[in-house]
Amino acid sequence: MKIGTPKEIFAGEDRVAMTPASAQDLKKLGYDCVIETGAGVAAGFTDQSYKDAGVEVVKTAAALYKAADIIAKVRPPEDVEVKRLREGQTLISFFYPAQNKDLMEAANAKGATVIAMDMVPRISRAQKMDALSSMANIAGYRAVIEAGNNFGRFFTGQITAAGKVPPAKVLVVGAGVAGLAAIGTATSLGAITYAFDVRPEVAEQVESMGAQFVFLDFKEEQQDGAKTGGYASVSSPEFAAAQLAKFREIAPDMDIVITTALIPGRDAPELWTPDMVAAMKPGSVIIDLAAERGGNCKLTVKDEKIVTDNGVIIIGYTDYPSRMAAQASTLYSTNIRHMMTDLTPAKDGVPVHNMEDDVIRGATATHQGAITFPPPPPKINAIAQVAKKNQPKELTAEEKRAKETADFKAQTRNQVTLLTVGAVLLLGVGLVAPASFMQHFIVFVLAVFVGFQVIWGVAHSLHTPLMAVTNAISSIIILGALTQIGSGSWLVVVLAALAVFMTGINIFGGFLVTRRMLAMFQKS
Amino acid sequence: MEYGFTTAAYVVAAILFILSLGGLSGQESAKRAVWYGMAGMALAICATLVGPGAGFWLLSLVLIGLGGIIGYQLATKVQMTQMPELVAAMHSLVGLAAVLVGFIAHFELGRVAGMDAIARASLDGFAALLAYKSPVEINILRVELFLGVFIGAITFTGSVIAYGKLAGKVNTAAAKLPGGHVLNATAAAISVLCLIWYFSTGGFVPLMVMTLAALFIGYHLIMGIGGADMPVVVSMLNSYSGWAAAAIGFSLGNDLLIVVGALVGSSGAILSYIMCKAMNRSFVSVILGGFGGPAGEQMAVEGEQIAIDSDGVAAALNEADSIIIIPGYGMAVAQAQSTVAELTRKLRAKGKNVRFAIHPVAGRLPGHMNVLLAEAKVPYDIVMEMDEINDDFPTTDVAIVIGSNDIVNPAAQDDPNSPIAGMPVLECWKAKQVFVSKRGQGTGYSGIENPLFYKENTRMFYGDAKKSLDELLPKID
Repeated sequence: MKIGTPKEIFAGEDRVAMTPASAQDLKKLGYDCVIETGAGVAAGFTDQSYKDAGVEVVKTAAALYKAADIIAKVRPPEDVEVKRLREGQTLISFFYPAQNKDLMEAANAKGATVIAMDMVPRISRAQKMDALSSMANIAGYRAVIEAGNNFGRFFTGQITAAGKVPPAKVLVVGAGVAGLAAIGTATSLGAITYAFDVRPEVAEQVESMGAQFVFLDFKEEQQDGAKTGGYASVSSPEFAAAQLAKFREIAPDMDIVITTALIPGRDAPELWTPDMVAAMKPGSVIIDLAAERGGNCKLTVKDEKIVTDNGVIIIGYTDYPSRMAAQASTLYSTNIRHMMTDLTPAKDGVPVHNMEDDVIRGATATHQGAITFPPPPPKINAIAQVAKKNQPKELTAEEKRAKETADFKAQTRNQVTLLTVGAVLLLGVGLVAPASFMQHFIVFVLAVFVGFQVIWGVAHSLHTPLMAVTNAISSIIILGALTQIGSGSWLVVVLAALAVFMTGINIFGGFLVTRRMLAMFQKS
Repeated sequence: MEYGFTTAAYVVAAILFILSLGGLSGQESAKRAVWYGMAGMALAICATLVGPGAGFWLLSLVLIGLGGIIGYQLATKVQMTQMPELVAAMHSLVGLAAVLVGFIAHFELGRVAGMDAIARASLDGFAALLAYKSPVEINILRVELFLGVFIGAITFTGSVIAYGKLAGKVNTAAAKLPGGHVLNATAAAISVLCLIWYFSTGGFVPLMVMTLAALFIGYHLIMGIGGADMPVVVSMLNSYSGWAAAAIGFSLGNDLLIVVGALVGSSGAILSYIMCKAMNRSFVSVILGGFGGPAGEQMAVEGEQIAIDSDGVAAALNEADSIIIIPGYGMAVAQAQSTVAELTRKLRAKGKNVRFAIHPVAGRLPGHMNVLLAEAKVPYDIVMEMDEINDDFPTTDVAIVIGSNDIVNPAAQDDPNSPIAGMPVLECWKAKQVFVSKRGQGTGYSGIENPLFYKENTRMFYGDAKKSLDELLPKID
């Protein structure tokens, strides 16, 4: 079958859904590729480079729609493009079926199958075709570059012969893919980066990218992003208030603010209020990546750059990926190619639309004359539910003191009990045993006591030498043999001699081997 | 010479021994501590030889000298990896000596008892001591020497079996004769009966019967304990040898024997306790042998073991800044400690932070790994205990597990049904990357599947530890 890519007709759209490289990969799946002339020019791919990759180049969009069985493009189709679809044809593109109901119905009326790249579920297996993430990554990077372009100072702090330059302070609100990409870019440019997100579990990711997570003083159990497929959801009014208060507090310090907060299927939440903008220094830059959906800052004008009365620049562009068309096209065409790989399990150039597959089912908006949007929830959870950890409670000073006294009391009680029991036992022995025994017994008990006191102090690493040395000194039993050897019959002499001999081995062996071991321990 | 001098010498010797043990609290002071121990021993022997009761002192000196030559040979020839065997073998000698000394005391008791008052007066030495004992004291003495012989006999066979297991001459798996602990209990009961019998008659037969029973207990008890529990067994036998010496000390009325026996006994007991705690097992369950059956279905291990070759390991090591090496018994078996040390030197020369994490029960003897690493000249200040280093794994780039298994098993924390659940383990899987050097895909000593090997950040570096590290070494640059 044939996969075709038309030139994007949306004004200012420079991306293209097929690159020469992706075309070659698609051919390996058994597809023929066709492209409209000039489709890749804006992204830096000439017709010749497509021809070299074995792609057929056709003159007009009409011819392309006629030739191709599968249309791969970037933007949702315009009305004129929908009209060109025919029965049995498959369209793969961003589609936003929730917002574009009419478009979806029009495509369905034509009998075409629509695969919406923006509806690919967020599960691990589908990451390779998650075009939203790959585009968001670009948007995050570009947002920082755009900010730097409009910001009149360095990102890094520098001390030069011409004076000291303070580092720029960047705040990234919303640590999704775009936010994390922005954090990474800003930190690598040398800015001091702060980040905030309503999902506290991303704090770790934020810190791994080199930014500081802005924590709120907020008691309420914060939401668990794992339940919502990794996306943020609406927060409680109290939480929102605490969040705004925190922003208001840090706003005057921030040189660059990048807002990326979006909640699926809703207008962008207002996070950066006009009074925060007013509090910022002249020359500061706000990049509102949520401009498409109304903006996180109400002063944002979509697709435009404005300057407020106090000299703060607010940028509301929505076409960051297109501004980096070559990169965006490479990534997007790879996402498309992965989608085709999943659609073509036999690699024979014939797509198999398996509606049992979570990923394909999720992305399909219309199929075989029926609207299949919205899809059922995927069978696999996007992110494993994190087991709630029982964090050890922070003890107040008072509780600590109470605990310490309780511990001390318990310890005292234990010791007193042990001492009492020991004393009673000793007394009991003393009642029956003769005095000569008791003399030795006292020595014994004291020695055990000393032993316990001393051995606890032995370093862990010296346990082997300890065993060797105790082994050597337990040969003290030689004294017994020595005192006996001279006082009796030949049998006694023989046995005692044997004992002396064996303990002799032990004494020398034990001490020497201990010395040998200890001599090896060296400090670096 | 008078008793006074000997006793004074004994006091000095006892203090020297205590200092000797106390000095082991640090590596530097330990070097001095051994000399204290030797001085104490020399003093004690000299004082005994010149003191009352000793005869044949030329013979004694010759025998000590002969033993010394053998001991010297042993001490200088032994490989550091064979330390556990040596220690176990030496324990058996102490045990046997205790049995012999106990027997002698018995014979002397019989001889002295048969004499009349005039003959007694002419006795000297140990026999003289016996001669002045009252009947109650004689009875107590019987109990003491009986106990000494009993513990000594258990120590003897137990240590011989422990030696066999550690040297690989006896099958290391837990093995029991049919009847299991009933046999041990029977033997113990026989011993108790013999004690009563001996107490009332003072004949040699009950003593001999008890000795045989104790020898059997020692044999059977240690046979029933698996190889992984050897650190506990060795320190337990160490403790027993001390208690045997103390019991003999009572029967001979020798305070120095009592003091030293008690010191050694408590030292071994504490070591056993530390080892048991490190494995989260009770002392009783170790002694009764084998791991208890799992309480329920163990978690199935998902995923597969992914192998890696030396090039991959070398690349990761070259890039890493912080590295933690976790050695285990496998390193000792493969004699890989010097290669590990060489690797450490190379990595440290490149400014990387290389440290060792030692689990308390790594190896077959308490502190086994420390000694091996010290032998290979790994500086001891980069060798860390489990508690010191466990929190550092999350910030570590590479953790290398060399021949250890159960001590890095995450199932101990994750799987409440695992036989080793609750045992403190080294949390190496929290490092960014884990390499496991291992001979093959088998399970560890305890026979438990290790989920670590299946983790996403774990790569298996198969092969004999020494061979694969030798291969790795030239690739580090």
